[in-house]
Amino acid sequence: MSSSQTLEKHKYDVVIIGAGGAGLRAAVEAREAGLSVAIVCKSLFGKAHTVMAEGGAAASMGNVNDNDNWMVHFRDTMRGGKFLNHYRMAELHAKEAPDRIWELEMWGALFDRTQEGKISQRNFGGHEYPRLAHVGDRTGLELIRTMQQRIVALQQQDAKEFGDAEKNMKVFAEVTITEILKENGKVSGAYGYRRETGSEVLFEAPAVVIATGGVGKTFKITSNSWEGTGDGHALALKAGANLVDMEFLQFHPTGMVWPLSVKGILVTESVRGEGGILTNSLGERFMFKYIPDVFKDKYADNEAEADRWYLDQDNNRRPPELLPRDEVARAINSEVKAGRGTEHGGVFLDVSKRLSAEVIKKRLPSMWHQFYELAGVDITKEPMEVGPTCHYVMGGVEVEPDSAAAVGVDGLFAAGEVAGGMHGSNRLGGNSLTDLLVFGRRAGKGAAEYVKGHGANPVSESAIEKASAKIEAPFTRTGGENAYTLHQELQEITHNLVGIIRTGAELTEAIAKIADIRKRSANISVTGDRKFNPGFHLAFDLDNMLLVAESTAKSALLREESRGGHTRDDFPGMNSTWRQVNHIASFDGDKVNIKAQALPALPKELFDLFDVHELEKYMTSEEIAKGGSK
Amino acid sequence: MARTLKLRIWRGDDKTGGLQDVTVEANHGEVVLDIIHRVQATQMGDLAVRWNCKAGKCGSCSMEINGKPRLACMTQVAAYPEDETITITPLRAFPVIKDLVTDVSFNFKKAMEIPSLQMPEGLKPGEPRMQQVDVERSQEFRKCIECFLCQNTCHVIRDHEENKKSFAGPRFFIRIAELDMHPLDMLRNRKKTAQEEHGLGLCNITKCCTEVCPEHIKITDNAIIPMKERVADEKYDPIRWLGSKIRRREEVL
Repeated sequence: MSSSQTLEKHKYDVVIIGAGGAGLRAAVEAREAGLSVAIVCKSLFGKAHTVMAEGGAAASMGNVNDNDNWMVHFRDTMRGGKFLNHYRMAELHAKEAPDRIWELEMWGALFDRTQEGKISQRNFGGHEYPRLAHVGDRTGLELIRTMQQRIVALQQQDAKEFGDAEKNMKVFAEVTITEILKENGKVSGAYGYRRETGSEVLFEAPAVVIATGGVGKTFKITSNSWEGTGDGHALALKAGANLVDMEFLQFHPTGMVWPLSVKGILVTESVRGEGGILTNSLGERFMFKYIPDVFKDKYADNEAEADRWYLDQDNNRRPPELLPRDEVARAINSEVKAGRGTEHGGVFLDVSKRLSAEVIKKRLPSMWHQFYELAGVDITKEPMEVGPTCHYVMGGVEVEPDSAAAVGVDGLFAAGEVAGGMHGSNRLGGNSLTDLLVFGRRAGKGAAEYVKGHGANPVSESAIEKASAKIEAPFTRTGGENAYTLHQELQEITHNLVGIIRTGAELTEAIAKIADIRKRSANISVTGDRKFNPGFHLAFDLDNMLLVAESTAKSALLREESRGGHTRDDFPGMNSTWRQVNHIASFDGDKVNIKAQALPALPKELFDLFDVHELEKYMTSEEIAKGGSK
Repeated sequence: MARTLKLRIWRGDDKTGGLQDVTVEANHGEVVLDIIHRVQATQMGDLAVRWNCKAGKCGSCSMEINGKPRLACMTQVAAYPEDETITITPLRAFPVIKDLVTDVSFNFKKAMEIPSLQMPEGLKPGEPRMQQVDVERSQEFRKCIECFLCQNTCHVIRDHEENKKSFAGPRFFIRIAELDMHPLDMLRNRKKTAQEEHGLGLCNITKCCTEVCPEHIKITDNAIIPMKERVADEKYDPIRWLGSKIRRREEVL
């Protein structure tokens, strides 16, 4: 245990946990508002999972089709989320996304261009117009590098002005936060350890922004990097915040399926946006069979029209390969289950017949590279084999949309994938990168305003001792459970029982099994010492994943309908009454509890943006009669 | 399809350490990082290795495999003969923290030394107009995933610790080239400072960096050589530099 004399201590106005797109954007905003900022991340600076985003960032700049505007984007986002989105988040996102993209350009980002020299925009599932700003298929890398370089630029200014680059903003790389500290009911800081040495660190700060990303590593087949262990979700729960709608997980329809080693690695939706088609082992272009009623007027029901759309988007309906992700993932799953899958349990995705080898390599360079190097497949000549992979969690910390403040905990903020509400029951591709920027900025601003109204909130010795004892605990046991084994067992449970298709019986079984692993995890012991010890690190990550899995399974059991990223075999339909319900998960120190809460109703001005006949497909007749809240 | 694989993994820290022999199962299609994870989960719970995406996109799992700087996630086990022992060691140009993890802070210090993008005054968000052909040169360098394999292999620092002070390394030469070729950048003399302050002159274009780049960026041909050539040009012809920037700016505004 660290004695408080030798403990590494830092004081900041705000601590940002996570250095992906949302965390870095929050940091820039807080810094520019005059706050001192600590950026804490588990990996090296610039390695965040944001780099894996491929397709682009959705913003209605209207550079390619000038019919586009925030209202169209808002409508698409709500449709994609099956109207379970928090309307205010979707509204802010649609309105502010263009400014966030243009701002990146001012910080050095180099997006692909249109003929007129504007930022080019590409088609994507669920987006009515070409809307995704992109750089080939490595848009996330461009975003993270631009933000990283923006941080460096601000640090260079501080070096010039104050002789200390880290005076106002410092990156603490390879540090894991194990606890958000509170005193008198308000946030007082964060506690954790340096991965390199295992030594403990205390950050005293009146505001903490959680920007830790997703939960994919809770699942066996995932496109997420190792960091996606739900840390922020669990930290928030333990600090007294709520998680909203954790049953909604996005299974991206196209992950690699072969070889086993690469199973789950993302195949960008841009492949379909650029004209890739999905076929089963019989050679059928099967997506035409899976267009749900709510989308029938927007998607082509025959190949000829779908093909014409690539040349004339104003007079043809879109190909069904570009339906929202939840629809495509379920369709692929059904084809495989019906015995029409490929040898390795996927379906075929082929772009080689529509585009020349040269164009493929230019527009989808990292896909070409990924398949060539990892699977020995040349996508300019042959189809890819793809299948669903756990990609994104729509659920997350319940926040106030305007400030990104976590509901119920003063001084706590959350932005990006870790926050819930924005995407409803299913996220549209491309909305994630702009979500990071829009709400990262708002969290930074929210934290700055909070700090200005609240002074420091000193951390007590007893809080430090408690946090420290928890870190030491796995070293005090010998011959206990192996964290790697428990992690694998958890992944089997979530994959088999809480996956893309769910039933009440399986979810009940999952809840019991997760509780059992949680019990056993209290007895994890670690070999070796504290220095860069992955077994020790996993012990903490696992604790977070267990809380996430429990929240997801319990919320999923209660929601007796199928919607977006939650499909119940025993309740296959979408139900208008359930649309009015958010599930709120909280933690009582022992277990996760779920309660139902009313979804905020669309205000009249947003309600009126839709054709009422479309809303009738989602809402109850009482809601339609009301015509939106005042 | 499983095969038994013999590995020698370097274990230790900055003071002591050595190669340890391990035997482990490998399945069809697996990469070296999969094997390291299996060793971790079953035999060496505390084996230190950095990794994130396991898809060749983040540049975290840089190490030396049979002496060659590589990403472990992009190195197929099948590339090595059945009877060969694969030797895995940490990057040699940087101090070892533990096992396969090295202290790469050198690179973050160098990043801080490169002057940032300087935008034209008065240019507002949404206003820039750039042609695809003009952004492509910088885009090539912005593909960099910061795996630092180029830094590790560059003999200017790999074998000469003393050069680290005055040598930014290939990763940062492409950063300077990227800014220099950025259609909006207004900062003067990037090539000259690359030569005089960041050690471009120490590079004798052996192209080792280009060879190890997992993103296939033509570091030497497209960044280093053009900068070296134009340093000489512009030294004697400042009008030429100004002309190129003014022309670019007019297109932008």
